[in-house]
Amino acid sequence: MTIDTGRSDNLADLLRTNTAALTARWVEVAAATLRGRLTTAELERELAELYNALLAGVDSGSRDVAAEPYAELRALLTDMSRRRARTGFSPSETAVTVYALKQAVFELIDNDAVEGGLREVVAFSRLLDAFGLQTFESYAKAREEVIDEQAEQLLELTTPVVKLWDGVLAVPLVGTLDSARTQVVMEKLLEALVTTGAAHAIIDITGVLAVDTQVAQHLLKTVMAARLMGAECTISGIRPHIAQTIVALGIEFGDITTKSSLADALRHALRRSGVEFTAAERRR
Amino acid sequence: MTAAREDIPIAADEDVVRVRQIVRSFAQRAKLSLVDQTKLVTATSELARNTLTYGGGGAAVVELLGEGRRQGVRASFQDSGPGIPDTALALTDGWTSGRGMGLGLSGARRLVDEFDLDTEVGRGTTVTVVKWSR
Repeated sequence: MTIDTGRSDNLADLLRTNTAALTARWVEVAAATLRGRLTTAELERELAELYNALLAGVDSGSRDVAAEPYAELRALLTDMSRRRARTGFSPSETAVTVYALKQAVFELIDNDAVEGGLREVVAFSRLLDAFGLQTFESYAKAREEVIDEQAEQLLELTTPVVKLWDGVLAVPLVGTLDSARTQVVMEKLLEALVTTGAAHAIIDITGVLAVDTQVAQHLLKTVMAARLMGAECTISGIRPHIAQTIVALGIEFGDITTKSSLADALRHALRRSGVEFTAAERRR
Repeated sequence: MTAAREDIPIAADEDVVRVRQIVRSFAQRAKLSLVDQTKLVTATSELARNTLTYGGGGAAVVELLGEGRRQGVRASFQDSGPGIPDTALALTDGWTSGRGMGLGLSGARRLVDEFDLDTEVGRGTTVTVVKWSR
């Protein structure tokens, strides 16, 4: 008995003989859900490729999505979801593109009343479901990659070392201080101390939402490292609620100079380097 | 986000950040003052990190409490780690079994209104803290 393979061929035959009609209908159904964000020509090209890969797979008689004959189709789908993820499509929109073929095929089966259709339809439906799910997975993976990239960029972006005055550097910290970021901050600050020959560094934590023991430990280590390089380090931007929390937590900053604002810290640094402030005398 | 309860798994550094953000939003909803918000957020940040570092990961539950006219936030941190053999020692300032400052657990206790430490060696640790609005 070769019922199974016979029926498989049935499906393959159906797909092959109706290639033009099915791809046209597929493009039509898929285009409706994409609301014109892809041109019809683009979609046609994309889906024709997928269709040929699917046909090649079905032709082999296999209905197992993980099987070798479907490798090309899997690769194409992964590519497609990646492209879509990067251009801002939602995962459902991507999956619906795949499921649209179901509608096209079912309509055809309805019209033609293909013999022994039910088993065929179930197998085909299961196949497409699996491929739809795969687009979801690739989509999520592509999005994760985007997020990782952005996190890395943020790490670089949010830690500028700025020169406030001759010999005075400042690092304004914003957001969350974790180990990775502190490492970047420390490296950048120490490098800048060497290249500029600055004797003062100000770490401003106005933009840090909460100072817990880990953040404090990171700050202390950075200050110690700067000191070892002969620079004086001030921590500024300690707001009232942060100060109270630090005290309650029991963190001691020891002999490290701290200031409530960046302006105070700058004035302190300038005074230490011998710059005097005098109100300009008004001359008549 | 209007749920009065939020469950957050703690398995990585990012989760500690997420706990902090969720606790902050709950603290704002409970109308805690800025100082109390910061204290609670800092305390939960310590406890979440303990759960991760010493408990090997676990889960946090953050709840909004209402009792008469005052409102509060309860956060509880549970792990199935090695547990704490000597709780008195663990609550001593400056003592640590790891590489931290030794202020996390003891400091967290000073930052909140209610503090409950439930631990058993080999079974795990649950720390529950509550902060009330005044």
